[in-house]
Amino acid sequence: MYNHMVVHKKNDQKADKLFHALSDTTRRSIVTRCLQGDHTVSELARSYPMSFAAVQKHVAVLERAELVTKHRRGREQLVSGNVQSIRCAFDVLEQFEELWRGRIERMDQILTQHPKQGATK
Amino acid sequence: MTVIDVSKDYEARTLTFFAEFSAPIKRVWQLWEDPRQLERWWGPPTWPATFTEHELFEGGTMKYYMTGPEGDQSRGWWRVIAVDPPNSLEFENGFADETGAPVKDSPAMNMLVTLSEGTSGVTRMVVQSSYPTKAFMDKVMEMRMEEGMKGALSQIDDLL
Repeated sequence: MYNHMVVHKKNDQKADKLFHALSDTTRRSIVTRCLQGDHTVSELARSYPMSFAAVQKHVAVLERAELVTKHRRGREQLVSGNVQSIRCAFDVLEQFEELWRGRIERMDQILTQHPKQGATK
Repeated sequence: MTVIDVSKDYEARTLTFFAEFSAPIKRVWQLWEDPRQLERWWGPPTWPATFTEHELFEGGTMKYYMTGPEGDQSRGWWRVIAVDPPNSLEFENGFADETGAPVKDSPAMNMLVTLSEGTSGVTRMVVQSSYPTKAFMDKVMEMRMEEGMKGALSQIDDLL
């Protein structure tokens, strides 16, 4: 999990952007498509019942969250999915689980070393 | 020996951890009650925690910071919802800014800790952590359910 406790605040803001970007069905669908292969904005626009400008806006949100990257091919803008960011989103939960496993292990260590009440020093 | 188990309820956006300690319930409770003991396990070894405020009563506030290997700090807060020593503790846990105030729009988790003493001095601890409806766990789960996404990721796994 993007570790809610441990990761620096900069990452927190990054994660907020990430999850905001993924909170929309169209945007999730765009990311999915672009992970499977590059698409031009016009191709994407034809796939959704909305204006070119609306699709372009969605792509911009995804780009800011680093879920996709844009690059030029001739006169066209190609959109590619960013695998690293998607992974980051999935890792959030796993990191949280890892954090608590560690906490429980440390609790156990303290209890083993200092079994008596109050005797921790 | 500690037994650790985890259960995930994606529908309820809840992660539950089960642990058993070979110690009496009052001894386990101290790990939460005493800030000096709490900070010995709350942060990972590379991010030790320091609690600057520790009010273990209903409505009480906890403030802490964790210091990373490069000296950078991550701050957090708890708000105690309910406490019944040595049996249970419920609190919200979220991110704090440099002043220790909760970060706006950053989702807080709800944590429910329950301790119960079994036979032969074994204490069972259950930590249930749930995310508010709008929080990110929701989004992660929504994403996971999309077959296309799953397919894309497994393709990538095959490539790596």
